[in-house]
Amino acid sequence: MKQYAYFPGCSLEKIALSYHLSAIETTRKLDVELKELDDWNCCGATAYFHVDELLAYTLCARNLAMAERVGLDLVAPCSGCYKNMYFTSAHLQRDPDLAEHVNFALEEDNLHFSGKTAVRHLIEVFVNEVGLDEIKSKVSHPLRDLRVIPYYGCQILRPRKDHENVEEPQFFEGLLSAIGADPVDYPHKLRCCGGSLIITNRLAALSMVRNLLQSAVDCEAAVIATACPMCQVNLECYQQQINQEFGTKFFMPVVYFTQLVGLSFGIPPKRLGIGSELVSATPVLSWIQKSKQEN
Amino acid sequence: MTEKVGVYVCHCGTNIAKTVDVVEVARWAEDQPNVEVARDNKFMCSSLGQAQIEEDIRERGLTRVVVASCSPHMHEKTFRAACEQAGLNPFLFEMANIREHDSWITEDRAAATLKAKALIKGAIERVVHHQPLEPVPVDINPSTMIVGGGIAGISAALELANAGYHVYLVEREPSIGGHMAQLDKTFPTLDCSACILTPRMVEVGQHPNITLLTWSEVEAVDGYLGNFTVSVRKKARFVDERYCTGCGICIEKCPHKVVDEIFEAGLGNRKVIYRPFPQAVPKYPVIDKEHCVYFLRGKCKACQIFCPTTPNSIDFDQQDEMLKLQVGNIILATGYDLFDSRRIPQYGYGRLANVFTSLEFERLVNAAGPTSGRIVLRDMQTQPNSIGIVHCVGSRDENYHVYCSKVCCMYSLKFAHLVHERIPGAEVYNFYIDMRTPGKGYEEFYHRLLDEETHFIRGKAAEVTDSARLPGEEGKLIIQVEDTLIGKQRRIPVDMVILSPAMEARYDSREVTKLFRMGCDFDGFFIERHPKLDPVATMTEGIYIAGACQGPKDIPDSVAQGAAASARVAGLISRGTVFMEPVRAHIDAEACSGCRICNSMCPYNAIIFHEDEKVSEVITALCQGCGTCVAACPSASITGAHFTNDQILSQIEGILWDVREPLAVPV
Repeated sequence: MKQYAYFPGCSLEKIALSYHLSAIETTRKLDVELKELDDWNCCGATAYFHVDELLAYTLCARNLAMAERVGLDLVAPCSGCYKNMYFTSAHLQRDPDLAEHVNFALEEDNLHFSGKTAVRHLIEVFVNEVGLDEIKSKVSHPLRDLRVIPYYGCQILRPRKDHENVEEPQFFEGLLSAIGADPVDYPHKLRCCGGSLIITNRLAALSMVRNLLQSAVDCEAAVIATACPMCQVNLECYQQQINQEFGTKFFMPVVYFTQLVGLSFGIPPKRLGIGSELVSATPVLSWIQKSKQEN
Repeated sequence: MTEKVGVYVCHCGTNIAKTVDVVEVARWAEDQPNVEVARDNKFMCSSLGQAQIEEDIRERGLTRVVVASCSPHMHEKTFRAACEQAGLNPFLFEMANIREHDSWITEDRAAATLKAKALIKGAIERVVHHQPLEPVPVDINPSTMIVGGGIAGISAALELANAGYHVYLVEREPSIGGHMAQLDKTFPTLDCSACILTPRMVEVGQHPNITLLTWSEVEAVDGYLGNFTVSVRKKARFVDERYCTGCGICIEKCPHKVVDEIFEAGLGNRKVIYRPFPQAVPKYPVIDKEHCVYFLRGKCKACQIFCPTTPNSIDFDQQDEMLKLQVGNIILATGYDLFDSRRIPQYGYGRLANVFTSLEFERLVNAAGPTSGRIVLRDMQTQPNSIGIVHCVGSRDENYHVYCSKVCCMYSLKFAHLVHERIPGAEVYNFYIDMRTPGKGYEEFYHRLLDEETHFIRGKAAEVTDSARLPGEEGKLIIQVEDTLIGKQRRIPVDMVILSPAMEARYDSREVTKLFRMGCDFDGFFIERHPKLDPVATMTEGIYIAGACQGPKDIPDSVAQGAAASARVAGLISRGTVFMEPVRAHIDAEACSGCRICNSMCPYNAIIFHEDEKVSEVITALCQGCGTCVAACPSASITGAHFTNDQILSQIEGILWDVREPLAVPV
């Protein structure tokens, strides 16, 4: 069984609990163990790096150093956590002077960062580490004809790594195809969800999400799949406000990719946290488990 | 016997003197062993500086000369000539580079002065071991090979042929003409590209001094300046050029069509036996073996059945032919490739049907193209009423090519003009970063387009999408752009998008540089000997470059370079004999053990083995002085003239003159 140091991040404790549940359930089926990192701390989110860079790096480096101590690669399911950890690791490896400063602080905790731990996003574990063939072999309830939008959001692909195709990636589509779904060619799959813009400029943020949702409706999608709690919140929670503000009638379920993978593996919806959405996904997903006989 | 060395330290204006204390260096040099006289001078390369060297040789009996100044690439010749003028063998001279290797790379005056001393000390120690040498005369074969039959190669070939010299023109495709043959109009005069190109192509085809080898590729190059042996593969055409009259009946009767990805840029079809275009030179068609039904299934032969010549010109059994050609000089004019716009997925090329590349558009507007010059969308019917032209696709972009492709602004303007001409009332948008129109009549052309009411939007297009958001966008392609002149994001809906992709080095340019033993830059373009003063020569003697293989270029520049390269070659041919550096290897027969290690290492096959005496010998005329055998010889019996062990080791000792601590030598 392959093991990873699991860094759930703050969202997965509460608002994205369904992401946490489904991540644990699905990876278990794939012989992957997500061992939650002991005593992990905040990744700094979007704000801290702009307040004090050195302290923000130290904050992330502490998590990395703890993963290093247990000798496992670090996995973050949240794109924001992933981005912060990845950048910290990359910068510290490139800048020995910065690493020295950070390690000086980590010494207090008897920790040391040397860059031995790789940082991965949860979706990378599915696509690259486990592999699509392995996932395909576990599918018992293919999501036939389910039109799913692979919504990457912005942060998975930035850090731009080597020769990765950051403008027209295909790995999310590949994963959706592997579980039998029909990935939608969605023109805005890399667009920003608005991040925390809703706090400072509500109308602009709502307008951004409206464009994303309108395009999803135009593409005749049944559901949007995300790999980030922030994207999920922005796309799902404000649908009612958008409908009030712009006179639209959006009712588009937004789920985590792990929930869809879990359904295809035949895991009961409840254990994947399905049913706790604000925009219910049950109408579009309920038939999946029943349709097993067709295989 | 001790040598009398003269040392001359150059200020190079302030280039050297700014960072190196040249006066102090000269004073210090005077105290070094063997040094007879040391001087500093504002410009050693000036006639006064040279005269000083000559005077000292005559008056003070100098036997060796060291000049500390710029790179030997710049002025080694100058100072050697000065020595020769005063009766000193030019190889008793040595140059220390205290500009490129010293003053230009630091601002630390103390360190630069110290390094100057080290370099000069090395030169002094080396020069006392120099031996007088005589240059090696080389005869120049008057035939020249030109690789690439685009406008640059054609121009070069005609210049040389008209001067009375024989030329082999080698072209990979079935016809010469290159990219220019695909274009419709040329900027800024708007004369028809084919009309000005085809007369020159015909001239090449008919010229008694030009041997035209199309559908051919260079496979190996041996030899050196004046005496190259080039192996050329003449690919099987399956058409016998001795009998074919070029009537074209075979093309007409061939029952199979394929998409023409090369000449028609994928927009049109051609037959399986084909000429790329009607005015192709030579007129003989080629059978595309990959798609020919006879080659695939063994049946058809329609071309052979209908061929009216006797004997029949179609020869399915024709084989590739290997030619060995002897030439004195080679001009490379291998042209460019167009950047693959699929590499920028946000512009939608290959995904959104009505996004075209510039070359596709050239074929669309060309009267001889697949639509006879009608501008239509990908359905080949609908006329667009609004067109967006996106500049700098893959150029001036640090993710792809940092350089400016130079011609795109002008042809984008030309496209805009052609759209106005063919579709009156059409809206044309140019999305540009900066408008770059330097050239005779170019800026005037830009002003003409401004008057034609083309919309110019200054800003790099962010993306092209078919996802409509606002009224009026349905069914259109929307170009998202930051209009930097008004500081606003804009969405421009259009029917058709034309991308103006970067000019790139040929996909195989690196292999070509290996074949011809010359260099290319980071982007794959061939490197000239000097970017300003020697733009068509390369660092390899006898190999010249012309046209877009050296960097993005328009037609006039390519023609000028073709002619310039020819002038360089013609100069060598008319001289007949040139003198080469006598830097050659020599084997001491007494010391040679006959192990033959050097025989196989020599890249020029210049070493032969005498079976009777069991010793190897270097053929001086073939040796290029690379030094491989010198390093490889286990008994140190090979000496490289002007690079002897004595000379190199003394130079190293000299450079390390002030190092007192023994060096930590890695074991």
